[in-house]
Amino acid sequence: MAQYKLIHCTINGKEVEQMIDVRASLTDMLRNDFHLTSVKKGCEVGECGACNVLIDGECFNSCIYLAVWADGKNIRTLESLTGPGGEISDIQQAFMEETAIQCGFCTPGFIMTAVEILETKKLYTRDELRKLLSGHLCRCTGYENILNAVEKTMKRRLGVPVE
Amino acid sequence: MSIVGKSEIRLDAFDKATGRTKYYEDRMPAGTLYARIRHSEIAHGFVKSVDTSEAEKIKGVVRVLTCFDAPEIDFPTAGHPWSMDPGHQDVADRRLLNTHVRYYGDDVAVVIAEDEVSAAQGVRAIKVEYETLPFVLDVQKAMEDGAPQLHEGYPNNILKHTSIRKGDYAAAITEPGLIKVEGWYDTPTVQHCHIENHGCFAYEENGRITVVSSTQIPHIVRRVVGQAIGRPWADVQIIKPYIGGGFGNKQDALYEPLCAWCSTKVGGRPVRIDCSREETFVSNRVRHAIRFHIVSWIRPDGSMAARKVDLYSNQGAYASHGHSIVAKAMGSFPQLYPCDNMECDAYTVYTNIPAAGAMRGYGMPQASFANDSNIEECAHAVQMDPVEYRNKYIMPLGFEDGFSKNVNYYDSHRECLEKGKELIGYDEKIKEFAKDTGDIRRGIGCASFWYNTAVWPIALETSSNRMLLNLDGTVTMQCGETEIGQGADTAFAQMAAEAIGLRSYKDVRIVSCQDTDTTPTGLGAYASRQTYVAGFSIRQTAEILRSKIFAYAEKLTRQSVDNMDIRDGNVVRKNDGKVLISLKELAMTAQYNPDDSEHITAESTFTIKNNAYSFGCTFAEVEVDIPMCKVTVKNIVNVHDCGNLINPALAEAQVHGGMSMAIGYGLSEQLLFDPKTGKPLNNNLLDYKLSTVMDHPDLEAAFIENPEPTSVFGTKALGEPPACSGAPAIRNAIYNATGVALHKLPMNPHNLYAAFTEAGLIRDEWQEG
Repeated sequence: MAQYKLIHCTINGKEVEQMIDVRASLTDMLRNDFHLTSVKKGCEVGECGACNVLIDGECFNSCIYLAVWADGKNIRTLESLTGPGGEISDIQQAFMEETAIQCGFCTPGFIMTAVEILETKKLYTRDELRKLLSGHLCRCTGYENILNAVEKTMKRRLGVPVE
Repeated sequence: MSIVGKSEIRLDAFDKATGRTKYYEDRMPAGTLYARIRHSEIAHGFVKSVDTSEAEKIKGVVRVLTCFDAPEIDFPTAGHPWSMDPGHQDVADRRLLNTHVRYYGDDVAVVIAEDEVSAAQGVRAIKVEYETLPFVLDVQKAMEDGAPQLHEGYPNNILKHTSIRKGDYAAAITEPGLIKVEGWYDTPTVQHCHIENHGCFAYEENGRITVVSSTQIPHIVRRVVGQAIGRPWADVQIIKPYIGGGFGNKQDALYEPLCAWCSTKVGGRPVRIDCSREETFVSNRVRHAIRFHIVSWIRPDGSMAARKVDLYSNQGAYASHGHSIVAKAMGSFPQLYPCDNMECDAYTVYTNIPAAGAMRGYGMPQASFANDSNIEECAHAVQMDPVEYRNKYIMPLGFEDGFSKNVNYYDSHRECLEKGKELIGYDEKIKEFAKDTGDIRRGIGCASFWYNTAVWPIALETSSNRMLLNLDGTVTMQCGETEIGQGADTAFAQMAAEAIGLRSYKDVRIVSCQDTDTTPTGLGAYASRQTYVAGFSIRQTAEILRSKIFAYAEKLTRQSVDNMDIRDGNVVRKNDGKVLISLKELAMTAQYNPDDSEHITAESTFTIKNNAYSFGCTFAEVEVDIPMCKVTVKNIVNVHDCGNLINPALAEAQVHGGMSMAIGYGLSEQLLFDPKTGKPLNNNLLDYKLSTVMDHPDLEAAFIENPEPTSVFGTKALGEPPACSGAPAIRNAIYNATGVALHKLPMNPHNLYAAFTEAGLIRDEWQEG
């Protein structure tokens, strides 16, 4: 028998409350109850990274994070990066300009991990970035341009010359 | 030429970067029912009974359908254009649900429920009773007399056998002084692993059935759904939204027919089938594992006197694309390294593993591995540098294939090899690495590949296009060719803007979503065909549109049509470039003229009767840790001659993706089956080793742009070629590093341990005690 619970949390800057099935994943809640379709399902067992979102500033595969655990949390999805007038962030612009997007299915998850990396305000080496991005699978790009987009945005934000 | 040839940003980049792009699952109507499939838990047998009573008791379950309810219609699934010749039609060998189950994961029953949980519980509650039969997983064992038979009418499980005979092989091998270079080359079963699993939903409306699907080939799927559910094809409407990758898996009718049928069984209510990752690995399609036996007879100067190639292609349980794949692989042998005396035999054989279908490269990653491994051994046998050997014996300039009439117009192979050598620093590195003798050794290697663009003359090549002049002077365009992530829409928009004379590719509003009710018929994304074939219909339709624009402009400007052109979105006088009227003003006037209103539109179909070679190579540099049996790719370069680049940045990105797939094919990917049960062992992204960003060096893509003379925009295949030559280049680099010629993919520690032990490179000291 299904059980329901009321949870309160912040999603993309907005405080919300929602009655949820206690068996639901955070992916289910974000997609089905809040229509945040940037949260993608590629495996639903935490292998591919397509459903990655930020919870209190830290990346999680939302498919293996129960919706009930989101109570009291601050959740950010890719939709949060677009401003009220449709303006986009530097990391989204970099993904566009570096041809880091192909089918687009892994893109939201990658960008949110990039946000986590950029918010540390640290300068990572390319190899360190590889490790930090390795929780995401992509079959289209060979990761090359994704890595370039993240590296260039990191350097620009830190005022480091970009080759 | 100003718009074509520029690295423009993809038209869909903004929506994809903001997460607003809609894939099939994002377009689901509220209240859509969930259909979940019960798959067989045996590799081969007959379903004796299915007890659905417990499943039907579950609250939320709407309907349970079994293999005994399915229509008695055998249908084909391959994404090939319909052939009017019954002899060339695809093999119809499966039903929506099967009583004769032929692999672990076959479709036995389906539960339709109000919600996902009830559907899953329903699937588990079904009781299936089987009569089990012996099964066979290995391609050559399946050909033996007495092997378990999968399908009636295919003795020894041979779906098809074709041959090539050229010259006189038996006589040629008697030439004195020949060196025999012989090997078996084994390639594994792998899967496409697009990040979006296949899925679809179906509903009935106005007496017709609509399926919204994650597919590469909407117009072909329309026909297959019609065939499978026994409805006229025109009763079926397929809608293809954005899709999260395909790589050939979605060049097949997957679950669209079953989903459509399910909807008809619940009064036309919308029903969805969403494959899980585990189902995608097993119950969709896989790449054919092909085993090759090559015997090359070479002269002391390295020239090829005679060659024999046998190819055994593991089809799995159902025909899908069947023999076409190994036939293409076989067809590359007499062309890539031509030889006067050849005997080739290709067999496609049913076995009890998942059905193999199209996958990026269509037989060529397999053929390239076998061929360029054997060629490397030929070079070693005559102590010639492997690049020099290729330069000497690879397809010559001017080579013409008698069947396709393809001509090697440029010396593409040698130009690509030369550029690859230079970019990776081959000459210096091969000398430097020869000094390595320790546990860790470096090596460098290369491989070439053969590919051709599109499928003419094997099958129909057609492309249709529609253009509408909008009130603001932009043009709306519909193509039958599909965007599947590769950037096709952007390339088409660039070509159309160029052909019409618009200011920018952004002035072409491409309708990305194909709807078979309204989109002009095209065949879809496969065979690296789309940029080539769409070029023909785009130019032709643009010419029609231009002539209609000129006809209307003549009425408004009193200038002669012969003296008109369209530049930067304006109708201009050719002779002096004077702007006569902007397209915007012309469109507004034409539309709202009370005496002579016209919506200026054009559409046309072009039947393509050409094909084009597309060649290239990979150079790889590796470091081999012999005791650890571990290979690290340190550097890798792909060089392609795909003609003129329409969008260089997108072309480069396309090559990166193919290279990544090739590295996975070379080093880590394989779908494994339990020999005792036939059960798939690693059908998930944890145990199936897809490359991550940590498993690659930086990927370098380079091009030789020789304009293709048969193509409107001088372009040819690039979709699949990047996936072809990476694995053998890595293999040849390992050979260079260690002296061990590997004959089996993937070159993972497990397989390297066996090969290095046999070569005496590692000793099992623990065993020796």
